[in-house]
Amino acid sequence: MATAKVQPRRAVPGENRNSPLGITTTGTKKHVPGRFGVYGGRYVPETLMAALEELEREYEKAKRDRGFQRRLGELLRTYAGRPTPLFFARRLTQKLGGAKIYLKREDLLHTGAHKINNCLGQGLLVERMGKHRVIAETGAGQHGVATATVCALLGFECLVYMGTEDMRRQELNVFRMRMLGAEVRGVDSGSRTLKDAINEAMRDWVTNVGTTHYLLGSVLGAHPYPTMVRDFHRVIGREARAQILKVERKLPAAIIACVGGGSNSIGIFYDFIKDKKVKFIGVEAGGRGPQLGEHAARFRGGSAGVLQGTYSYVLQDEAGQIAATHSVSAGLDYPSIGPEHAWLKDIGRAEYVSASDAEALEACTVLARTEGIIPALESAHAVAEVIKRAPGMKKSEAVIVNVSGRGDKDLGILISQLQL
Amino acid sequence: MDDGLGALLNREMGISFQREPALIAYLTCGDPDLAASREIALAAIDAGADVIELGVPFSDPVADGPVIQRASERALRQGTTLEKVLKLGAELRKKSKAGLIIFSYLNPILRMGLAQFAAAAQQAGLDGVLTTDMPVEEAGEYLDEMRKRGLATVFLAAPTSPDARLKQVARVSSGFVYAVSRTGITGTRRQLSENARELVQRLRKFTKLPIAVGFGISTAAQFSEVGDFADAAVVGSAIVEIIERNPGKEADSVAQFVRSLVIGRQTPSKT
Repeated sequence: MATAKVQPRRAVPGENRNSPLGITTTGTKKHVPGRFGVYGGRYVPETLMAALEELEREYEKAKRDRGFQRRLGELLRTYAGRPTPLFFARRLTQKLGGAKIYLKREDLLHTGAHKINNCLGQGLLVERMGKHRVIAETGAGQHGVATATVCALLGFECLVYMGTEDMRRQELNVFRMRMLGAEVRGVDSGSRTLKDAINEAMRDWVTNVGTTHYLLGSVLGAHPYPTMVRDFHRVIGREARAQILKVERKLPAAIIACVGGGSNSIGIFYDFIKDKKVKFIGVEAGGRGPQLGEHAARFRGGSAGVLQGTYSYVLQDEAGQIAATHSVSAGLDYPSIGPEHAWLKDIGRAEYVSASDAEALEACTVLARTEGIIPALESAHAVAEVIKRAPGMKKSEAVIVNVSGRGDKDLGILISQLQL
Repeated sequence: MDDGLGALLNREMGISFQREPALIAYLTCGDPDLAASREIALAAIDAGADVIELGVPFSDPVADGPVIQRASERALRQGTTLEKVLKLGAELRKKSKAGLIIFSYLNPILRMGLAQFAAAAQQAGLDGVLTTDMPVEEAGEYLDEMRKRGLATVFLAAPTSPDARLKQVARVSSGFVYAVSRTGITGTRRQLSENARELVQRLRKFTKLPIAVGFGISTAAQFSEVGDFADAAVVGSAIVEIIERNPGKEADSVAQFVRSLVIGRQTPSKT
């Protein structure tokens, strides 16, 4: 077939000119909403585009609406239990013999993890948009529980999609969601984990988009989710910054957080982003080993690609099929990562490492026995990293670890994995 | 066999489909295997399909219902890749002048590289490409690469798309525009949604390109109903389900089904 004569193409209004797929030759540096460097964007079927545009508009309005912000602030304070403490971990610090370790106690929030910050924010948006049905995906069950909680609080119908493998390993959370009046629907396709739950939630949303809000639980998916979810979690870093300045009278040398989709980590990093001397360390799930399929360390084996609406690092095969992942923690068991993390990695602002299943389990026990705190297996990955890193740091330095959730939900796994 | 879409693609003016409505048949390539897909496609063309949509299986088909999800899993277990689907396309082109469109999620194309994909598709003699999760806003470089290689870029229009979006969809589409008959994922429905007719009417204001209606069409009655208000009907899940249910005689079963759909069709109705 002969090559057709190429006609100059007129730009599409709203086209992302610094997109990897947009026109790159113009070299514009202008910030495009929803783009983090080349990452992010909005790669969804046309049916969802109008809903994403509506959500973006409503969110922009709500952001500037003092009434909305006041109500959210009040719920975070009186319902969720903010601010959360910044706790000096004296015995862990002594044991490791290096930097002073502070724990940001998101595990003390209502429902047991940071997820409630975002759910309250999006819940109030749902009210504004006049929708009455909420769907969500969940991996570890923490986002599902937080969503079910907010739906009960605000009176919405709630349906949570969860991989059947995750339902098995996070049984307690399944019951909690049902207790709160939510329907939990098992997803039996693919790896039967978080990724597959998101696929199913997207299929539901595309079908019921007129009445339904998709309450996405991480800084993933199509614009505006990565930005909006980050903004709802920024409160973590805002508090932590004020708290550390008060006790230490200086900024921390480093902040460590686990990274599944990346919501708790971006939340605690964000208000320190201009403090260039504060190192950001994201900890991915190293799983059982370095082979594809055995871990969820996107920065150790992933490459740029599009999954579930966003352009980021993705674990995939040569043909662009999404790879299977493994982690002992359901909340980190996902083949892609929030696009803003991909950008922070590329520009060198954040460093990403991984902790294995075994290291996370060990860290869980260490924190339980030195500080009386059983972290969620997800957060235990961050604890594992501080155990490796603190001894090499100066005693005058401070490091903050985000304890994003509590370990109650993981007792079943801990019982089977640890011989106590 | 008439000239079909392949020979008539006119990227500036659109395609003049020769029969009303034209039948666009979707296959998940590699289900049950690539050799069978080839036979099924040829049988469908022979039975009256004007265009074959060569579906590239993807591990995470968010826009698809259970039928195409299962087909995709089977195809991936057979080791089907975009590269192999392109090879299948080239084989079909040697045998047929029917329209051949690649129907894929973005990631496999991105992994191959937009420019490389477009070159390979052109070389295979394919006519165009539809990428399910590629909305207009993100399509800049994609459009340039496809256009350079003379490939039609088919975009989706949805009942939820406001007029402003339909206008953009119409502007960047070539070949034809694919109107999604209802909100939701692929799969058959007993009744054609009223949304379909309304969407086609709205879309008409913005384009002279042929409009194909898809999602949920599985019966001769629905097929001919689409013919009343659109230029082509896409039949996907119904065909994929027949393939699933008739192991060993997929091509014959699909041919029989296609004949039953087009039986009342007038040929040709316009010149």
